[in-house]
Amino acid sequence: MQLIYEQSVPGRRGVKLPASDVPAAPALPTPLLRKEAAGLAEVSELDLVRHFTNLSRRNFSVDTNFYPLGSCTMKYNAKVLENSAALFATFHPMTALLPGGVDFCQGTLGMLHDLGLLLAEITGMDEVTTQPLAGAHGEMTGIMLIAAYHAAKGNRAKKKYVVVPDSSHGTNPASAAIAGYEIITVPTAPYGDMDLELFKKAMTDEVAAVMMTCPNTLGLFNPHIKEISDIAHSHDALMYYDGANLNAIMGKVKPGDVGFDVIHVNLHKTFGTPHGGGGPGSGPVGVKKALIPFLPQPRIVKDAAGILQLETTNPGTIGRTANFFGNFGVMAKAYAYIIMLGGKGLIRVSEQAVLNANYIKERLKPYYDLPYDMTCMHECVFSASKQLAHGVHAIDIAKFLIDRGYHPPTVYFPMIVKEAIMIEPTETESKATMDAFIEVMIEAAKTAESNPQALLDAPLTMPISRLDETKAAREQNVCCAW
Amino acid sequence: MNDSHYCPHTPEEIAEMLSVIGVSGVEDLFAPIPAALRATTFNLPSGMSEFETHGRMQAIAGENSQGMINFIGGGFYDHLIPSVVDHLSGRSEFYTAYTPYQPECSQGTLQALFEYQTAICRLTGLDVSNASLYDGGTACAEAAMMALRITGRNKIVLDGCVSPFSRQVLKTYLFNLDVEIVEIAPQSGLLDRAGLAGVLDDSVAAVLVQNPNFFGSIEDFSVLADQVHGVGALLIGSVYPIALGMLKSPGEIGIDIAVGDGQSLGNPLSFGGPSFGFIAATKKYIRNMPGRIVGETVDRNGKRGYVLTLQAREQHIKRHKATSNICSNQGLCALRGLIFLSSVGKAGLADLARLNRDKAEYAKAQLAGIPGVSVLQSAVTFNEFTLVLPKKADQVVTALLEKGIAAGVPLGQYYAGSENALVVTVTEKRTKKEIDLFVRELEAALCN
Ligand SMILES: Cc1ncc(COP(=O)(O)O)c(C=O)c1O
Repeated sequence: MQLIYEQSVPGRRGVKLPASDVPAAPALPTPLLRKEAAGLAEVSELDLVRHFTNLSRRNFSVDTNFYPLGSCTMKYNAKVLENSAALFATFHPMTALLPGGVDFCQGTLGMLHDLGLLLAEITGMDEVTTQPLAGAHGEMTGIMLIAAYHAAKGNRAKKKYVVVPDSSHGTNPASAAIAGYEIITVPTAPYGDMDLELFKKAMTDEVAAVMMTCPNTLGLFNPHIKEISDIAHSHDALMYYDGANLNAIMGKVKPGDVGFDVIHVNLHKTFGTPHGGGGPGSGPVGVKKALIPFLPQPRIVKDAAGILQLETTNPGTIGRTANFFGNFGVMAKAYAYIIMLGGKGLIRVSEQAVLNANYIKERLKPYYDLPYDMTCMHECVFSASKQLAHGVHAIDIAKFLIDRGYHPPTVYFPMIVKEAIMIEPTETESKATMDAFIEVMIEAAKTAESNPQALLDAPLTMPISRLDETKAAREQNVCCAW
Repeated sequence: MNDSHYCPHTPEEIAEMLSVIGVSGVEDLFAPIPAALRATTFNLPSGMSEFETHGRMQAIAGENSQGMINFIGGGFYDHLIPSVVDHLSGRSEFYTAYTPYQPECSQGTLQALFEYQTAICRLTGLDVSNASLYDGGTACAEAAMMALRITGRNKIVLDGCVSPFSRQVLKTYLFNLDVEIVEIAPQSGLLDRAGLAGVLDDSVAAVLVQNPNFFGSIEDFSVLADQVHGVGALLIGSVYPIALGMLKSPGEIGIDIAVGDGQSLGNPLSFGGPSFGFIAATKKYIRNMPGRIVGETVDRNGKRGYVLTLQAREQHIKRHKATSNICSNQGLCALRGLIFLSSVGKAGLADLARLNRDKAEYAKAQLAGIPGVSVLQSAVTFNEFTLVLPKKADQVVTALLEKGIAAGVPLGQYYAGSENALVVTVTEKRTKKEIDLFVRELEAALCN
């Protein structure tokens, strides 16, 4: 397809602006002005609409295709949530920061406060900040809170390390690094969880925090989690919970009850807000009492009269992590989702997410290697190692699925599984959809034996075939020349 | 009863699935969680229909005051949004997709992001852009971390005229990284150039300025760019994209890394988010850029296509050595930005910038005509300017809120000694009638 810039015709316009009702201002001095107008597209409204409508048709999406992308929780996004978020479009965040301004923003501040309470109940935490803008941003915020906690005890210099299992998501160590920590990585044991003995060896009084996802990225709940958190606490290390996999456990177990001190929640995963082709997400952070003094500012608090106020004078705060109150529009959707489903609805979400993942796991087990063969939570991780014997990699199976109208599962993550294929169906998919997907996965496994070349050639039905990634990285052509 | 209609299974289907798995009930699947750890309470409200839910959300929105006339900015701006922006970004093929990791079935998102990167490069006059960051404040922090990596130095100099919010975010990000941050206090709403010259040496990684700055002043940083480069440091400029319809671009100024908040490009105020942060730089710094980047390539048949590229910078490959921890970005908001810019277009953005300045200049003249009121800066301004009032700005702002007017941002809480200063923003959306009303109400408030 042509780029929008290739459709430009000088002088053409996509929208008419209002006429001015004030006198024209004198021009600015020339040295302050740009020499040439920015080379933006010049297209009619219809050109624009056709272009982006046609572009949109070159995407797989949850609304058009089953999208079992592991670790991403690609559940259906209820349409009413979009309508609800739009109700808040015209509220300026700065209003709340004006003197006396909170009186005019009680609805929006109240919703953020309520969302914090709901998330605190779901996760077993004492207070939640809604400022972080995505999961990784929440991780960074959370580890900074932990750093502030240790600093307040005079231990900042002593506490040098953050411990992560080797199955952890890349954002965990990357976020800990911004918070100034060195990383200790603990291998996974054959039973699918962080190796307990190696973990014990790694733990010293120099460890500031242990970051875990539970269930982990293999989809397994760590039965030793309480023991791990007890060991961490015995070294005055705090437990950080990566909430990316919360969809598995709502109402079943609360991270705060099993020893976690800080958690982020990916609202764009568990709480039904759309992923937007890569974002925006939202990553509220919950903490236990001991960490409240360090929360980001402004902090939304309810005063004795029940009025929401903004606290901006806390001396212990880590400061601001984002310009305003977080991704409010995303949080409005998550809030609506939680109150719509209610407690029982959320429990059912987790139950069916786990049921669906186990169903797919059992049915595909005869065809694909399952390195950790046990009851999984909301996702299951296979390996394409059997297929590799025929020269077929996980990526080839992924491309075959595309030809059959399925978005591929996550491949090559977690890194500890060779040729990983990570399947997360989510609770919103029907049995019929999963059965059809399973059949195609079986067909892929059979084709790998009978006609591996067919998989290596896929996809053939898309607007383009496989792309040359090396050329892209070498040429670094990241913007259309003009 | 089915407690969630978003979980479609019938009891029969559940029974079939359980028998395939070989367990007798769903609860058996939670057996890996030790019994002693199981939740004993789950005190959440009972659920409701989508209609009741939306009603609740309407009631919440109704608790905010409606129809406030905004003369506030400070990073978020009340601009027009063409109808096409909602309609096209509202295509669920865009908004219910994930990050385009599988390029063959994600060319829609990938090409749109490539076009977005192109728009940002053309707007800023720089060579490379990523596919978005979280917001304007975090973009300042990411740019500073990028400069630390590039130069191997550990000092950042901040112009105190940069948004206090962005400066606070930057300080939070850098707090644990053993970086020295030097702030130059503003001088009458402008960069204190002598103060800056006094700290500029070869230990400085980058200088961060903003144009127009938090006071609304427009400055020419071209000479500064030469001075900064002279000591081997980088110049980071935080810019307001609508103003770039008129103002000298970062590339023309000599800025190495341009950042900003993209809210003004087709994203609603939405109580502060989601918007997006943008970052653009000269080509030689591309490997130090944070976040996702889309690149052009060809498929097996030589057909043009787009992929995520240079991923070896990112957390999923480099883990703690990545250029940033960012994973999810603000892609849909960046798409809105692209649709906005493509709708307004080349000449339209210049017109829009002019309209903003015309309205602001009219308002400035009228407001400065009120007895006792003056304009702080001698510098020229775009659509924001700072008034000095004959009394505390806080009181005036509180009084005008009662009249349905958000009069501006009082500077006292951000700059000690500026208690009487008020930053006023006038976008193209404000009518002459609204401006005249504001002038009358401000005059009345000052008399009381
Ligand atoms: C396990 C895990 N942790 C953290 C993240 C990061 O979350 P986000 O993309 O919202 O920053 C993800 C999402 O990709 C994830 O799957």
